[in-house]
Amino acid sequence: MTEMRMRDAIRDAMREEMLRDDRVFLMGEDIGAYGGSYACTRGLLDEFGPERVRDTPISESGIVGAGVGAALAGLVPMVEIMTINFSLVALDQIVNNASKLHYMTSGQVNVPLVLRMASGAGSQLGATHSHSLEGMFAHFPGLTVVCPAFPGDAKGLLKRAFREPNPVVFIEHTALYGVRGEVPEDPEHLVEFGEAAVLRSGKDVTLVGYSGSVHQCTRAADILAAEHGLAAEVIDLRTLRPLDMSTVIKSVQQTNRAVVVEDDWKFGGFAGEISAQIMELAFDWLDAPVARVAGKDVPMPYNRNLEYAALPSEEDVVEAVLGML
Amino acid sequence: MGQGIPEIAGKSLNGDLQQQFLYEMLLIRRFEEKCAEMYSLGKIRGFLHLYTGEEACAVGAINALRDDDKIVTHYRDHGHALARGIDANRIMAELFARVDGTNKGRGGSMHIFDVDSNFLGGYAIVAGHMPIATGLGLAAQFTQKDWATLCIFGDGGVGEGEFHEALNLAAIWKLPVVWFCENNGYGMGVPFDDSLANDVYKIAAAYQIPSVRIDGMDVLEVYSATQLALAHCREGNGPYFIEALTYRYRGHSMADPELYRTKEEVESFRQKDAIQRLRNSMMAGGLLDESGYNALVDRVESEVDEAVAFADASPEPGLHTLYDHVTKEREESS
Ligand SMILES: Cc1ncc(C[n+]2csc(CCOP(=O)(O)OP(=O)(O)O)c2C)c(N)n1
Ligand SMILES: [Mg+2]
Repeated sequence: MTEMRMRDAIRDAMREEMLRDDRVFLMGEDIGAYGGSYACTRGLLDEFGPERVRDTPISESGIVGAGVGAALAGLVPMVEIMTINFSLVALDQIVNNASKLHYMTSGQVNVPLVLRMASGAGSQLGATHSHSLEGMFAHFPGLTVVCPAFPGDAKGLLKRAFREPNPVVFIEHTALYGVRGEVPEDPEHLVEFGEAAVLRSGKDVTLVGYSGSVHQCTRAADILAAEHGLAAEVIDLRTLRPLDMSTVIKSVQQTNRAVVVEDDWKFGGFAGEISAQIMELAFDWLDAPVARVAGKDVPMPYNRNLEYAALPSEEDVVEAVLGML
Repeated sequence: MGQGIPEIAGKSLNGDLQQQFLYEMLLIRRFEEKCAEMYSLGKIRGFLHLYTGEEACAVGAINALRDDDKIVTHYRDHGHALARGIDANRIMAELFARVDGTNKGRGGSMHIFDVDSNFLGGYAIVAGHMPIATGLGLAAQFTQKDWATLCIFGDGGVGEGEFHEALNLAAIWKLPVVWFCENNGYGMGVPFDDSLANDVYKIAAAYQIPSVRIDGMDVLEVYSATQLALAHCREGNGPYFIEALTYRYRGHSMADPELYRTKEEVESFRQKDAIQRLRNSMMAGGLLDESGYNALVDRVESEVDEAVAFADASPEPGLHTLYDHVTKEREESS
């Protein structure tokens, strides 16, 4: 194990996969000479050259589609979309092509494409640059959606993504790039998709999060323990599709209460999916309705206080838990 | 017409090849007419876009390809699939949504796909396949292979952002892609000069891509132009652009009441019909006689009838297959 930051774990994953498989190449806006907007590809251009670390024009649809085409021809492309906000102009390629070609052709081809993108709010970037669209991508059959909360998972999940025969949307929360954590050195250490992690166990309530919201859950669990004598079980989903509901259900059967936390808007969001599935699968175990702590239904404001108010916080999680006791 | 295209050597193309072109164009014509019948019988459902009038584009361009070259095209794709040599039976079965169809009934008219013939799809989102062609070109370059990609699309696609992104990327990276615009005069009911600020081939030329406008109703001209384009790509000179002027005889799809054009206009293009032109020139050159022509007509008639019988006999996919192929199973080497 080595301690490192999330962004370095992500870079190491790409580097190791490029060394392992010469079909792997990277392309994206400013991933080469600039080193990546969030510095995840720093040094890779020097090591692998411009064919395998390809700077592209600002053409999200073009480069994602080119990734689909290259994948159809047997390569393993990673396309970095600078931030998830810009994935919106590439949705045609992701939704109409990448996610559907295997099915529409009855399995004649598959699309081993990794799409990395930075997500999340909290830096006062305003409404156009503060989306959390993990749940939107998880909506589409055919896509795998990965959203790690820790460096070790990021590395193992990203390496898993490069070996996957299907398109993987790999979503990195911008607030987590500097987070440090233990990362296994073994280049064959992979983290499986569809396996949630139980970060701590507790008997009083289940807190479910993914990506950035996992950290709100763990902080809320600290507060609940220290100030209210409550033991919260914290679950990090790690991937939204495939989704590991059995870990969540097992937990709810012990705690009888659940709070689902996400940055995304509450209305029509992924927390609604989790909460509906808990209702369907564990209705008889519930002592209170499942609570959702999520973003407020507004475009993200620029002002710091307003932005803070629009995002879920650990206090909101604590309040939701106390409200269901 | 034919800017930059040397005098067509094709006028003396060997007789067998011309005969093959004639046969393929007749097959497409008859296949499409039969599709219209099958649509009115309810055997074919969904959106159906027929290709009659445009046969010379598919036959000329696709015959210039090697087997290892790749094709991506738009939703008006039956003609392209037939010209690629995909069995008419399997195409018809796909239109009937049956298990023996190219896509086992999961694709339909707009999404014909046959990986074995490097026919990498009909795509139903206008211009949505153009970045894919760029990526195929990138793969050929990356692996240092000399196969090329033929990307076929309509004039309507030129107004889409994906057209411009795809062309620009192919140009800056010098990718071996032949962009082939079937300019049939309309995007649904809108004439192309109402929707584009410049001629198609000039728009492409602005990306520093060698670009020509050709007569898309002359199969020999299409064939020679595409050959030149492919040679350009294989020599590592980057992409090439062909705007083929053509015309569709039928409505945009089966739902089109054709309020935007006159019968006279359609008739004027029928006068330039590609099949009749090739037939006449072959007869004039002594490459074909009346009985030879009739034999071709009979041959395609029976092939299309057989395709219908084949499709009709093929079963529908079982409901238990609904969830098959949503994602590919891993091969446990990784
Ligand atoms: C992105 C997108 N917008 C609109 C449509 C609906 N549509 C289908 S075909 C078509 C016209 C396209 O015309 P053109 O590219 O010239 O091809 P043609 O049908 O003439 O062969 C339109 C608007 C679509 N399929 N995709
Ligand atoms: Mg058109």
